[in-house]
Amino acid sequence: MLLQLDQVETYLDQFHILQGVSMEVKKGSITVLFGRNGAGKTTTLRSIMGLSPIRHGNIRYQGEEIGQLPTYMVARKGIGYVPENQGIFTDFTVEETLRLAMQKGSDEEKEKMAWMLDLFPDLKLYWKKQSGHLSGGQKQMLAIARAYVNSNGLLLIDEPSKGLAPIMVEKVMMHIEQMKQKTTVLLVEQNFFMASRIGEHFYIMDEGKIVHSGQMHELTDDEEAKQKYLGIA
Amino acid sequence: MDVIINLLVNGLATGMLIFLLAAGLTLIFGLMSVLNFAHGGLFAWGAFGGVWIFGLTGSFLLSMAGAIVIGMLIGLILERFLIRPVYGDHIQQLLVTLGGMLVLSELLKVFWSPNPIPAAVPSYLQGSFDFGGIILIKYRLFVILVGVLIYIALHLLLTKTRLGLIVRAGVIDKEMVQALGINIKQVFTFVFLLGAGMAALGGSLLAPYSGVIFAEMGMQYAILAFIVVIIGGMGSVPGSAVAALLVGVLGSFMAYFVPELSLAVNMLLMLFVLLVKPSGLFGAKG
Repeated sequence: MLLQLDQVETYLDQFHILQGVSMEVKKGSITVLFGRNGAGKTTTLRSIMGLSPIRHGNIRYQGEEIGQLPTYMVARKGIGYVPENQGIFTDFTVEETLRLAMQKGSDEEKEKMAWMLDLFPDLKLYWKKQSGHLSGGQKQMLAIARAYVNSNGLLLIDEPSKGLAPIMVEKVMMHIEQMKQKTTVLLVEQNFFMASRIGEHFYIMDEGKIVHSGQMHELTDDEEAKQKYLGIA
Repeated sequence: MDVIINLLVNGLATGMLIFLLAAGLTLIFGLMSVLNFAHGGLFAWGAFGGVWIFGLTGSFLLSMAGAIVIGMLIGLILERFLIRPVYGDHIQQLLVTLGGMLVLSELLKVFWSPNPIPAAVPSYLQGSFDFGGIILIKYRLFVILVGVLIYIALHLLLTKTRLGLIVRAGVIDKEMVQALGINIKQVFTFVFLLGAGMAALGGSLLAPYSGVIFAEMGMQYAILAFIVVIIGGMGSVPGSAVAALLVGVLGSFMAYFVPELSLAVNMLLMLFVLLVKPSGLFGAKG
C-alpha cells in the first residue's frame, strides 16, 4: 500500500473537521474521494501534506510515518499537491513555474518534464507567458505538471474540474487518466460522472468521516448509495 | 538650471538611501507578512557601525562591509529570538518589533553616545565634479551609483536565481512553496538577513551624507521607508525603488520651493496613492 491513513483526526481552530479518517491508496491506481461540500475532503489532502496538522492518528507513505512532518518534508518524500485554488504563482512564466518545481534538476526530473510537456503541449506553447494570463484549464494543467515534476510517486489533486468548462473538464480528466501510467493519484472530486470514469477505487466522506468505500464499478452500479451519499438520482 | 539638476541629484541620492531601507522592509512584509518596526534600528546600527569602523580603519569600503555584517548579525538575532516566535500574530509582531526598535536605539546610546556623532566623507569622495558649469557633489553621485548597483544585484537575484524564484513565489503563496518541498523558514531567515544587510548599508552611506548621526535616526527614516513601501505596493521591490525615488525627489524639490510643505508632501503623496490605487503603484496585494 502506497498511502495509509489510520484514524486521522484534524481540527481547524476549535472545529473538529476530520473525525477518525482511515483510508488506503494503492500504488499505480487512481483513488477518488467523493463527498458533499464541507465533508472534509480538502482537509484530508491538506492533512496528508501537513498543511493542516493532524492531532491524532497516523499517516504512512511507503510504510514510513509522515503524519507529524512539516509540509516541505512531506513533499520531499515524493508527494505532489495540486490545491483546490491551483496555487498558481501568477507573476511567474510557465517556464519559471516548472523550473521552481524541479528540486534537483536531475535527469529524472528533466525526463518527467519532457513527458509532461508532451502530455500538455499548451504549456510548451505558452512557455514564456505569465501564468496569471493562462486560461483556467491551462492553469490547471500547469498546476498538475508542477506537482508531477516535483513529486515522486503520489499526486494529491483537489477538485481539478472546479470552475472549468465541461469540455475542459473532460480534457483534464483524460490527462489525469493518462498520468496513471507514471504515478499514483488521490483525486478529490465532486463531478461523479467524470471521476467515476477514471477512478478505480473510491471513498465517500460525510461530516469528517469515511462513510462508504470500495471499487468504483460497485458504486457506479449502486443507485441507492449514489442517491444516499452523493445526492445523484 | 544647475539648481534643478542639483535638487534632482540630491533627491535621487536621498531616494536611494530610502530604497535600501524600504527594499528589505517590503520583501520581509511580502514574504513573511511581518511589519518590522525594528528595521529602522538596523539602519541606525549600520550608520554607527560604519562610522566606528571607518574611524578605526580609515577604509570606507571596509566600513560599508562591516556595517552590512553588523546589520546581518543583529538581523539574525531579531529574526530568531524576536520575530520567529510571533509569526502570524500581527499585534505581537507590532509590539515586539517596536520594542526591538527602542532597545536598538537605546543600545546605541550605551555603546557610543546619547549625543549626535559627526561622520566624515572619505577624502576621495569629498568635493564635487564640474559638468560644464553644473557643480555636482561627488558623494551624492556615489550614493546614487551604489543604490543603482544594489538594485541591479537585487533584480538579478530575484529574477535569475532559484533562490530569487523561491522568494518571489513565497510572496505570492507561501503554502504552495512549502508543498514544493522548500523549507520556507530558511527562506524567511535569508530574506530577513538580506533586508537587514541592505538597511545597515543604507545607514552607513547616510552617515557621511548627513554629516551627523544620532540614535533616533532609525525611526525617522523607518517612517519614510514605510511610506515608500505603501506607495510602491507591499512586497514589490521595483515598486519600492520607484516610490523611494519619487519621495526623495519630491522631498528635495519641495524643501527648496515650498519648504512649509516639505514634511507633509510624503504623507499627501501616500494619501493620493491610497485613494487612487490602494494596493500601491506596483502592488498586487491590498
